[in-house]
Amino acid sequence: MRNLLTIFRREFVSYFTTPLAYVFIVIFLVMAGMLTFFVGNFFGRGQADLQPFFEFHPWLYLVLIPALSMRLWAEERRSGTIELFLTLPIRMTEAVVGKFLAAWCFAGVALALTFPFWVTVNLLGHPDNGVILASYIGSWLMAGALLAIGACVSAVTKNQVIAFVVTAALAFIFTGAGSPAVLGALQGWAPQWLIDAFAEMSFVDHFSGITRGVLDLRDVAYFVSIMIAFLCANTILVDLEKAE
Amino acid sequence: MLEIQNLVKHFGALIAVDDVSFAVARGEVLGFLGPNGAGKSTTMKMITGFVPPTSGTATICGHDIAQAPIAAKRCIGYLPEGAPAYPDMTAAEFLDFIAHIRGFSGREAKRRIGRIVETIHIGEVIHQPIETLSKGYRRRVGVAQALLHDPQVLILDEPTDGLDPNQKYEMRKIIDEMRPNKAIVISTHLLEEVEAVCSRAIIIAHGRILADATPEELVRRSRRHNTVRLAASGAAEAQIRAELLRLPTVAAVEAPGDGEGLQIFPRNGQDIVADVADLVRAHRWRVVSLRVDRGRLDEVFREITAGAAERPLVAAAA
Repeated sequence: MRNLLTIFRREFVSYFTTPLAYVFIVIFLVMAGMLTFFVGNFFGRGQADLQPFFEFHPWLYLVLIPALSMRLWAEERRSGTIELFLTLPIRMTEAVVGKFLAAWCFAGVALALTFPFWVTVNLLGHPDNGVILASYIGSWLMAGALLAIGACVSAVTKNQVIAFVVTAALAFIFTGAGSPAVLGALQGWAPQWLIDAFAEMSFVDHFSGITRGVLDLRDVAYFVSIMIAFLCANTILVDLEKAE
Repeated sequence: MLEIQNLVKHFGALIAVDDVSFAVARGEVLGFLGPNGAGKSTTMKMITGFVPPTSGTATICGHDIAQAPIAAKRCIGYLPEGAPAYPDMTAAEFLDFIAHIRGFSGREAKRRIGRIVETIHIGEVIHQPIETLSKGYRRRVGVAQALLHDPQVLILDEPTDGLDPNQKYEMRKIIDEMRPNKAIVISTHLLEEVEAVCSRAIIIAHGRILADATPEELVRRSRRHNTVRLAASGAAEAQIRAELLRLPTVAAVEAPGDGEGLQIFPRNGQDIVADVADLVRAHRWRVVSLRVDRGRLDEVFREITAGAAERPLVAAAA
C-alpha cells in the first residue's frame, strides 16, 4: 500500500512539473466550453441542466484521454527508466495501479475544474444537482475506463504516437459501439448475439443513462469492470514486454 | 551473498547468455569483462529481476529472484546501463522517491539522502532537474540511488562510463570503500578499472564465461608476463643477444624494434630480471633502459575472446 502511494504521488506530481498538465486542462476546458455553449445550444434550449455539457464528454475524451495515457508506460520504456522502476522492490500491481490512479485523479482534477459550468447553471436556474453530481461521477468513471484501455496500449509500445492513435481508435470503437457506423462493420457476417453483445459495450449508451439521472448500478459496474479488466491485462503485458 | 547457477537466456533463436554460473562473496568486487554484446548486461538484468531467465537461478542473500523477487530486490542496489532516471525530477526529488520505495521516510530518509549526497559529491546539482545534468552527474545520481539503502549486493553496469579521469578515480574510491561489507559486481570495458578495483574478473563473450580468475592470475597468462626489456650499449646487439640466450632461465630473445631494446622471454614465466642484471654487470654493459613487463590484460582479453566460437544459435529441432 505504501509503495502504491509513493508511486501515485510521484506520477501525479510529475504531471504538474511539465506544461502537460496546464496545456491539457486549458484545452479541455476551452473545448468543453465551446461544445456546450455553441454546439450544444446551452442557452437556446432554455433548460436548467448540464445535458449539453455532458453530452460531449465521450467525444472530448476520445481525443484527450489518449494524450494522457500514451505516456504512462511508453515514456518509461523509451527513457529506460522502466528498468530502474521494475527492479525496485515493488509489486507489479502496485506499479500498474499507482500509475493508473495518478492519471485518473488528474483527469478528475480537470473534470473538477469545470465547476464554473455548474455555478453558471445554478445561477441561471434551478437544476437538479443530484443529476449533475451523478453525471460527474459517470463521466469520471468513463474517463477511468478509457484511461485503463489507454494504459494497456501504452504498455505494448515504445512509441507514444502509436499508443495515442491505437487508443483513440479503440476509444472510438468502445464509445460508438452502438452506432450504425461501428455495428455496420459487424453486420452481414457476425451472428446476432455477437452484434447485440457488442452494442451493449457502447460507452455512450451506458453514459447517457447516467446523465439522464439514472445512476444504474449496471452502468457503474460496466465501467468499473472495464477498468479492472484492462488493468489486469496491463499488469500481464508490462511483465511480458518489459525486457524486449 | 550472490549465487548464479546455470543462467541461460534465449531471445528467440539467439542465445544471449549460455550457462553462466558464478558466486560472489562479501568483500569481493567482481569485474564483468567482455566485448559488446557478450551478455554482461543481460546477465545483470536477470540477476536484478528485470529479464526473466530462460533457465537457471540467481540467488541474492538467500532469496531466489524468481521465487521471492521483492525480498531479493530489497538486498540489491542496481545501476542499470545508461543510468536512467526520471528526467523532469530533480536529483533531490528522485532520491526522495527512491528512499520512500526503499522503506525510509521522514527524518530517516533525509538523513540517508544527506549522507549519500555527501559521499558521492552531488550536493551542487541536487536541485537541478536530472535532464539538465551532465552525463557524469547523471551517473553519480544513479549510483547514489543504488547505494541509498546500503544494500548487501551492488550491481553496477558500467559505473564510470562517461566520467572524466578525476570522477573515475573518485567513483573507484567509493566502490573500494564500500567493499568490506558488500558483494559488488561491476561490468566494464576498461581493463584499467579491473586492475584498479576488482578482486576477481570474469571474461564473458558470446554468452559464455571464458575465464574466471583474479586480475593477477589473468595477467600472468599474457605472453609478455615477466619478460624483461633491455636496451644496453657497450656491445653489439647480436652479441648481447647471444650472451642472453646462454642464460639457463632465458627461453628466447626478440627485437621488437620499438625503441625499448630487446625483449627477453623467461622459461616458464619465471622472474629473470636478477639474472639479466647480473649478466649486464658481469659484461660491464651500460644500461639505457631496463624494465620488467608484467604483461597486459588487454592482450589476455583479446586472446581469450578472439578464440571464442561465434555465437551459437538454438538448434532448430529443440
